Amino acid sequence: MTYSLRVSRKCRGDTGPIDTTQLHTQALTKKPVFVCHFHGVLPLTHMECQEEKPIIYTMENKPIVTCAGDQSVFTSLYTSLAQQLPREPMEWRRTYGRAPKMIHLEANFVQFKEELLPKEGNKALLTFPFLHIYWTDCCDTEVYKGSVKEDMMRWQNSLRAHGSADWVIVVVETNDNKKKNKTNILPRSSIVDKIRSDFCNKQNDRCVVLSDPLKDSSRSQESWNSLLLKLRTLLLMSFTKNLGRFEDDMRTLREKRTQPGWSFCEYFMVQEELAFVFEMLQQFEDALVQYDELDALFTQYVLNFGAGDAANWLGSFCAPVRSWSGLLLRRPIDMEKRDGIQRGEASLLDLRSYLFSRQCTLLIFLQRPWEVTQRALELLHNCVQELRLLEVTVLEGALDCWVFLSCLEVLHRIEGCCDQAQLAANCSHTVGLWAYATDKLKSLGEHCGLVSEKGPTSEDLNRTVDLLAGLGDERPETVNSLQSPYKKLKEALSSMEAFERHYLELSHAAMEMYRAIGRLRSARLVGKSLAEFYMRKGDPERAETFLQEALKSYVSEGWSLPVTHTRRQIAECQKLLARTDDYLQTSALLAGDVNLTMEERKHFCQEILTFADKSGDPSHKVTLGMGVFTQLTRLQFCPATASVHSGAVLQVELTLRCLMPVSVRIQQLAASIHFDLERGGTNGRSKVAQRQTNPGTVEFLQADSTEAPPFSVAGPPLELDEIQDRSPSDNSLNSAGVVCKNTHLVMRRHDSNSPLDTVNCVSPPAVAIKEGGQMLKVQDVTLQPGNNNIIFTAPSGQPGTYTLRQLYATVGRVQFVLPHIYPSVQYEVYSQEPQLTVEPSSEPLLAGLPQRVKFTLLTGHYAVKKGDALQLSNTDTMPILPSTSCTACISNPAAELVGESVLSIQSSEKVTSISLPPTPPYHTLEFQLEVLCVIPPGTDRSTNERLTNGEVRHRPRSYSHPDTPMTAIDQRMSIDCPWSIYSTLLALTFYIPFKTKHSLLSAGNRKYIQVCVQNVSDVNFTLAEVKLTEKQHALLELQSLNTKTQQLLCSKHSVFCLWEVRWKDDLPSCLQCVFSADFSPFNQDISTFKPFYYQFQLERVTTLYSVRAKILPPAGEQYCRSGLLCGLEVCMTRLTEPAEGEIAEDSKTDTDSLKTTKLMYEVADSSSNWAVCGKSSGMVLMPVAARATHKVQIEVMPLFAGHLPFPKIKVLKYMPHTAAVAIQPDPDSCVENDSLSLLDKTLDDQTDTASIRSRGSVHSVGSGDQQQKGVAMPRLEPFSPGQVFNHSNMQQVLVLPSTDDHIMEVNAT
Amino acid sequence: MAVCIAVIAKENYPLYIRSVPTQNELKFHYTVHTSLDVVEEKISAVGKSLGDQRELYLGLLYPTEDYKVYGYVTNSKVKFVIVVDSSNTSLRDNEIRSMFRKLHNSFTDVMCNPFHNPGDQIQSKAFDGIVSGMMVQTG
Repeated sequence: MTYSLRVSRKCRGDTGPIDTTQLHTQALTKKPVFVCHFHGVLPLTHMECQEEKPIIYTMENKPIVTCAGDQSVFTSLYTSLAQQLPREPMEWRRTYGRAPKMIHLEANFVQFKEELLPKEGNKALLTFPFLHIYWTDCCDTEVYKGSVKEDMMRWQNSLRAHGSADWVIVVVETNDNKKKNKTNILPRSSIVDKIRSDFCNKQNDRCVVLSDPLKDSSRSQESWNSLLLKLRTLLLMSFTKNLGRFEDDMRTLREKRTQPGWSFCEYFMVQEELAFVFEMLQQFEDALVQYDELDALFTQYVLNFGAGDAANWLGSFCAPVRSWSGLLLRRPIDMEKRDGIQRGEASLLDLRSYLFSRQCTLLIFLQRPWEVTQRALELLHNCVQELRLLEVTVLEGALDCWVFLSCLEVLHRIEGCCDQAQLAANCSHTVGLWAYATDKLKSLGEHCGLVSEKGPTSEDLNRTVDLLAGLGDERPETVNSLQSPYKKLKEALSSMEAFERHYLELSHAAMEMYRAIGRLRSARLVGKSLAEFYMRKGDPERAETFLQEALKSYVSEGWSLPVTHTRRQIAECQKLLARTDDYLQTSALLAGDVNLTMEERKHFCQEILTFADKSGDPSHKVTLGMGVFTQLTRLQFCPATASVHSGAVLQVELTLRCLMPVSVRIQQLAASIHFDLERGGTNGRSKVAQRQTNPGTVEFLQADSTEAPPFSVAGPPLELDEIQDRSPSDNSLNSAGVVCKNTHLVMRRHDSNSPLDTVNCVSPPAVAIKEGGQMLKVQDVTLQPGNNNIIFTAPSGQPGTYTLRQLYATVGRVQFVLPHIYPSVQYEVYSQEPQLTVEPSSEPLLAGLPQRVKFTLLTGHYAVKKGDALQLSNTDTMPILPSTSCTACISNPAAELVGESVLSIQSSEKVTSISLPPTPPYHTLEFQLEVLCVIPPGTDRSTNERLTNGEVRHRPRSYSHPDTPMTAIDQRMSIDCPWSIYSTLLALTFYIPFKTKHSLLSAGNRKYIQVCVQNVSDVNFTLAEVKLTEKQHALLELQSLNTKTQQLLCSKHSVFCLWEVRWKDDLPSCLQCVFSADFSPFNQDISTFKPFYYQFQLERVTTLYSVRAKILPPAGEQYCRSGLLCGLEVCMTRLTEPAEGEIAEDSKTDTDSLKTTKLMYEVADSSSNWAVCGKSSGMVLMPVAARATHKVQIEVMPLFAGHLPFPKIKVLKYMPHTAAVAIQPDPDSCVENDSLSLLDKTLDDQTDTASIRSRGSVHSVGSGDQQQKGVAMPRLEPFSPGQVFNHSNMQQVLVLPSTDDHIMEVNAT
Repeated sequence: MAVCIAVIAKENYPLYIRSVPTQNELKFHYTVHTSLDVVEEKISAVGKSLGDQRELYLGLLYPTEDYKVYGYVTNSKVKFVIVVDSSNTSLRDNEIRSMFRKLHNSFTDVMCNPFHNPGDQIQSKAFDGIVSGMMVQTG
């Protein structure tokens, strides 16, 4: 018969035999069951130690309920009662504001005994009977009165004696009983009433009736329910009351903690009692709280101790640690440790261990295993700290042992209650313990000499023995377990091999877990630690793998200090592995690492230099990345255009920042060049579009590997542009945005091709050195730490584009290579054809005077050799004046004068040869020559449209220039140059300084020629030797009327010269005149006088008619009077015999013997002095004979008084219409055009009719058009200026005012 | 007070890291770097559950035997890490929080400096002063 014991719990722990099984068996066999034997062990019970070794397994406990009275009744009901009591949860309202809880109540029903009642002061709770039940099925008054009442009374008294008020009386009623004793049977209620009146004084609820409990009836069920409810209620009431009292006591005790003599251990036991009870009630949370409070209290004391406030009781915890056997979590309660605490002998580790084991147990009940791991880690850290704080003497390594064992123990415990999947999913909770254990094992290994190459020394072995001694014996729970932490530690410390095996196992486990949960940095840190282990073991190869991995992560995230440290370790590995290339590369990195001390840096630098200088196999060259050694920061071209002609000097200045701590001598610094033949790149200048803002300078952005992380300089800056999307229909803005133009650069992966990565990559970059190409080279350079400027002279032989590709620095056997120079650097070499230009040395060039012109020869690629000469084809219009001293200046491309030499100029009939001095290519040769542009003798109005037609030989063109009043002449020169088979044609523009006009003046038959010379230039001239000659007629005499031999002709002024024409026999109708004068700029020597010619032709010089006018006063008057008609008599007289042409011309109209010509006269007064009355014009028929005279009478009226000029009389030629005239181009028809055109014609030797016609068509736009079209209209033609002489021109006549005129008009002029 | 204070950029490179001079600086670098693992873990864990409403203070990142490492992350994913000596038990969570808040304020000031290039190492005397105030006074 069993009262109650649940054998299995949800979380029973994992391992083997537990002490409690004994308890179970005892509990099962003993009767009545007395589950706990706490009396002897609980210090507060003050009872003597009892016989047996106390065995406790609290989890199996239930609150004790005593049963008194009729045992048989109870026994019959026990099963149902035990089953049904926990079925319904009850709400347990808590004191102190704690949240109410639903609780399933269970109970351990034990037979009532006096001893069970706690004595005064006994604060044991586990054994505390929370409820006392008296069972009776008495229904007989007699029996009741006889025995039951008495028994009850005794029971009540003993309860009262112990102050227990938690009791209930259950009266069981069965029909059987009633039937049995019918006579004595009182009504059921009566006996209950009696009991109630006897015992339940005002507490009627303390007596419960259970009716027909064994029957399956509704009534029975009902009474069961009410009984159970009553029991639960009373139990809870009892809990509340008793626990409350207990807690109060406990608190009181705690408040005394400042008093001397207070002991934490004692208090610990008290509070743990409460924890036990909560645990018993399965209120694990509350139980845990008790332990946590104890934990916190203890922690506080330790902290206070640290602050100098030491409690007496803490002394026991400060005792030297003698045992470091680790946590023990396999027992629910570690009684050994508990005893120690109880006795006040526990060490700090013991107390902590015990506390944690309890917390662990409860947490596992609460199914919070991950909290266990977390708390474990905290605990271990905390313990280490506390021991340090309390200055507890611990054997070195002992704590490591303790921590190691504890870590593994916790992990085992967790593994025991979780399945594999759960464990894997919660690596993050356990990995800390793994890593911690690894760490500790490592330091143990180091401590015990297990990590060295040689193995442990005897000293190490002694230490090992000491440590093992502190472990004690293995706990019985794990003796059979092969993998117990104890065994692991012992084994690991036993031999190097075993240690290595265990250490690696742990390390790898930790690393894998870290990786699994994505804590890569932590994994790498473990890896690094592993690498250090391998290094100690003399296995650098494995170490390097881990170090490299760690390094990669530090580099990629820009942690410079770890990078330096790791790299130094790698260098050590590589040195041991004799991986020279790698080692040198790493050394170079370290030598330039500012995180290291100067000594270390020098050391690593020396490592490189030592290797470089070592005379070994010369073929064994080591190629290292340049970036670790020195950084190219700037490149500067001189000249800055980075474009030179072939063969020119181009200097490239490199600025290298040397990262080495000492100066390094470099045998050769070279840059390889890629050459691109430029297509059509003969003149590269046009292509030089400078990309940089600073011309000729390229700045290299260098990611500083030591200081700036790679991200801050990541990529090129964004180039953003605005974009607008407009609607095509109405141009309204649809959207606007920003577009990145250089996404291809910005979005580029940085990890793959960033130069920084190659720098930090430990294996040197595989660099293909392109030999044989063109190189920039400098030998023997010493690079000082910091910036160094190195100047190269760049090859510039062939024209084309040169791209700098790679940079090499050779130090002995070591070569540093910069595989790509980026941004790419180019320079251009171009080839230029020689160029010859001619320009005036002063503007403007004046024709007719010697002028200096500058010849500029850019030699380009052509080197002028000795004997090379320029051949100038001579022209008549612009001779080159021989000059005695003509110097040529040679200047280099930088416009610096490099030489001067005298030119020798030889002129032959056709060419002028200028011997050039030898001049190097791409130099400038300059010299000046004096040339004279002959002023064309024609009039300056000679337009030349018709002269260009079909002309083989060039004639200088003169034209009026828009900018100047001077007439311009373009002179072309043809020069044969030695570098070309073609002649070079060059043009110069000269300006004629003068404008010349001529006019024919007549006085009757006498003729005068006037020439007007206008100076249109800005220069003042002296004019001398003014002459006019006639070419054809020798007999003609031109008598100068000019008095001065020399005359000043100022700028913008004119000089007039006059000649009278005298002739002997006949005046030729046409005169070919040449005006000549000498001129020179004012104030210059006579020798500088240059001739000036002006040719012109005068036609129809002879006076044909003379016109005389006479004003006849009115009849009877002596003078004319204004307002009165006067007569005007015009007398026209033919003066000469008809000339040849004239006869031929006029004979057409009149074929009879008497030849006549028709003249038209016209009287017109332009100044409104006269009013012409009647016919003002008319036609006269004039015989073509000398002395033929015709008189015309015209009436005119003077309109004013005074001396009035005669009215103007015009005489015109009348040409009757004839078809022949219209069609036949008549030379005379040109008369209506200006006579000068004809003059031109003769001058120009151009007499072909086609040319005349074309010219005529141009000139006769106005009047001639109609004639040309053949419209038969008579026409009037004026005479040439000299042909008609008006005697009365400008003659005046006195006109008197009219008599009746009162107005006096005065004209003052 | 702290033994090491670090500011770490969004991309996980150190913007500022200072430790008490008496102790091995390198060790702190390793510690802070490793703590980024936990920072990232916490950020991503929070990101999943609460979206953008997250607390900047990440609390204790991980304890070691000697140090406690606390983390804080700004909205722009700049991380602050404060390492405190484990033996320094007087520091409460609230004090750590206020240290972070002070640090954050000072950091914001640094960022507001128009001459400061975000992403560069912090070289500000004011910030230095704030950090020094929070560091263990050794001397």
